[in-house]
Amino acid sequence: MGLSGPAAVESMSPNWLTTRLTSLADWAVNWGRANSLWPMPFGTACCAIEFMATAASRFDLARFGMERMAFSPRQADVLICAGRLPFKLAPVIRLIYDQMPQPKWVISMGACASTGGIFDTYAMVQGIDTVVPVDVYVPGCPPRPEGLLYGILMLQKKIKGETLADRSLRDEQPLGVTGLRLPAETLDELSEPFGNSVHQTRSA
Amino acid sequence: MNPSVSALRERFGRVVGRAFVSCGDTVVYVDRAAAVPVLRWLKETPGQQYNYLVDVTAVEYRDAERPLEVVYELFSLERRVPLRVKIELSKDATLEVDSIVPLWRGADWLEREAFDMFGIAFRGHPDPRRILMWETYAEGHPLRKDFPLRGRFSRSEQVRQALNLHPEAHYSMEELSIAEAHRDLPADMRERLERGERGVVPEPPGGAGNP
Amino acid sequence: MEFDLATTGVDAYGRPARMPLGVALEEPPDDDVELGGHHMLLNLGPQHPATHGVLRLVVELDGEVVIRVIPHVGYLHSGFEKLGEYRHYNQIIPLTDRTDYLSPMANNVGLALAVEKLMEIEVTERCRVLRVIACEMSRIISHLVWMGTTAIDIGAFTPFLWTFYERERIYNFQEAWTGARLTTSLTRVGGMMADVPDGFTTGLRDWCRTFPKTLDEVDRVLSRNGIWCSRTQGVGVLTGEEAINFSLSGPMLRASGVAYDVRKDRPYLGYETYDFDVPIGEHGDVYDRYLVRFEEVRQSSRILAQALDRLPDGPINVSDPRVILPPKSAAMSDMEAMIFHFKQVMEGVAAPVGEAYFPIENGKGELGYYFVSDGTAKPVRWRIRPPSFINLAALPKMAEGALLSDLIAINASVDIVMGEVDR
Repeated sequence: MGLSGPAAVESMSPNWLTTRLTSLADWAVNWGRANSLWPMPFGTACCAIEFMATAASRFDLARFGMERMAFSPRQADVLICAGRLPFKLAPVIRLIYDQMPQPKWVISMGACASTGGIFDTYAMVQGIDTVVPVDVYVPGCPPRPEGLLYGILMLQKKIKGETLADRSLRDEQPLGVTGLRLPAETLDELSEPFGNSVHQTRSA
Repeated sequence: MNPSVSALRERFGRVVGRAFVSCGDTVVYVDRAAAVPVLRWLKETPGQQYNYLVDVTAVEYRDAERPLEVVYELFSLERRVPLRVKIELSKDATLEVDSIVPLWRGADWLEREAFDMFGIAFRGHPDPRRILMWETYAEGHPLRKDFPLRGRFSRSEQVRQALNLHPEAHYSMEELSIAEAHRDLPADMRERLERGERGVVPEPPGGAGNP
Repeated sequence: MEFDLATTGVDAYGRPARMPLGVALEEPPDDDVELGGHHMLLNLGPQHPATHGVLRLVVELDGEVVIRVIPHVGYLHSGFEKLGEYRHYNQIIPLTDRTDYLSPMANNVGLALAVEKLMEIEVTERCRVLRVIACEMSRIISHLVWMGTTAIDIGAFTPFLWTFYERERIYNFQEAWTGARLTTSLTRVGGMMADVPDGFTTGLRDWCRTFPKTLDEVDRVLSRNGIWCSRTQGVGVLTGEEAINFSLSGPMLRASGVAYDVRKDRPYLGYETYDFDVPIGEHGDVYDRYLVRFEEVRQSSRILAQALDRLPDGPINVSDPRVILPPKSAAMSDMEAMIFHFKQVMEGVAAPVGEAYFPIENGKGELGYYFVSDGTAKPVRWRIRPPSFINLAALPKMAEGALLSDLIAINASVDIVMGEVDR
């Protein structure tokens, strides 16, 4: 085939054929999924411009099979949150994520989407992972298009390591009864301040 | 000092307060009750013609004794002269001032933002809703000095409240009154909206977890 | 060349219609039948490809005709103005990159100018010319994005790729100068973060020479295109009086016939010494806004060429050690320089008590920064006068009676960037 074949665990047990076929199926499905990820560009701020630049002719997302932007979440595979997420927008991204059918992945592009970035304020979600589960974090403010492409390649690698047998990978991870994805203490810990000055009258 | 200041004093007398020049900009204080007449006079009088409203905003000082100020930045397109008019609002009384939307339609959203960020009510504004924060935002008015940078609630509480914003909280009554949209809403939602409850945040199990 | 127009010059809604060159239209259909029906409430956004960011439009529709549109903003509100109160003046500069992220260097320049007005600092001549270069580069890339994305909204995908390629070339210059493609943080109070690298001026001159070819390509594809003209002419009309009343600025205001450009009327950075024209429109529709922005890009290239020619040698920073960081070598060896460095970094530079408002002409309109200082190193109030926010407020007026697809074109013509609208 000229492509790297499935890494099958050869054994002469009676399940050898099943294992072999499962690995082949995994490999094929993962190959198909990874190389035709349709991104849902949830672009909010500056990172969205770098995302557009990645999709444009210099960096070209099309060579990864990702030029077809799925603006409808029903047809999307990967939600790329490019930009900062204020609290007013949090229910929107959660709704968009819930509307995406499985299999779905999330790339958090940029510092603001990953941790809240420089905006440790009353209005900013400190990382979209407090709201939706994230697969790949791409740091940068904004990340260079090469950085985003590296993140996409990491996601492709992650997808290629998946297996159909593991149903937990396709778990919907809905919000809990408290209305949160994570326990409140974990969320507060993730959103801890990182050293921005909170004093108007002191120099630091 | 912009000669409009002395012209204002001549025309309006004591409602025009102190005036000074800061970094080349002329600033003049005006009594709250005289805001609209003064601004209208500045806009319409030949020789003044401040027909362009550059900005409407508010300032709160770190010194808690100083009153809040509503700032109107004006510019005359013909004469190419700017002027800044300020109104002091004492924090002891209600923070309200008359809306200048009848004079400049550009003031519409600017006054809504001043309300959202400072809590200043603009009397006569056609659509006095919050604009940058959501309408049922419960933490207060962010740009006030007693409002902490990270907000009043804990991060988890903020996320919880944000995620529980009901769709009907995102539509104003005016929007929902559009023909059949209102008719098609579920009955309980319609009742809640008519009672004025827009977006009821459900209590978390075990009582409010607000620290 | 004479030809007969097949219509009265007035469209079905009674608005004046200009014909694209050489195209004759049929008689508009006589639509007297009152088709009854309910009005529909349509929600566009906040996640939508054509709203140019996280803008939510609630539209009341009668069939395809927009009766009312109610914009909702605030979906990108980040608390910039609050953050500014907790930072030294130089620490606010990186924040400005992220408000209008399509033309970051202009924001940086505007902020530095406002703080320098507050602190009464005069920058060097080289710094002023470099800032003009930065502002004009920003204007060009802002308009290039606008052209590309508006073309996509109206249905033409190709100009997007062309304009973004030119933007990539400018990004190379921005990256060579500041180290970042997009979040440049170019200026400092009293000067710049760095001088231009070797080969910058020749490279930029080269770019000025070759870039008009791309503009001509976009012009050839769009300006006399029948589809483009019929979708943009007569759409979203706003008269000059209305535009002034809505406090519009920039190309939105000038397309409606009002001759107000901050560079000409409240000049800064020596703009009165540059030779350039400001295009003024007549009809105030989407087509005129397109023509105004198009011509502004050409004029910006003109200013760029003049600025590159007159770029003087000399220092880029003022020589005041209380405001400008000393060179690293001096800070490591000279005690005084080390103390100045320490004080600036740890305590910031205190501004005198007072207030200052400084407007600049951004690609979007009049971008103003208003500072109120109480004598400390952190401002009491930092206000951004956002041109996109104020321009967007006129959208309901422009879209009344338009078709739904016209609404998309009108929204695109406002040239908003949500980072600035919501701050």
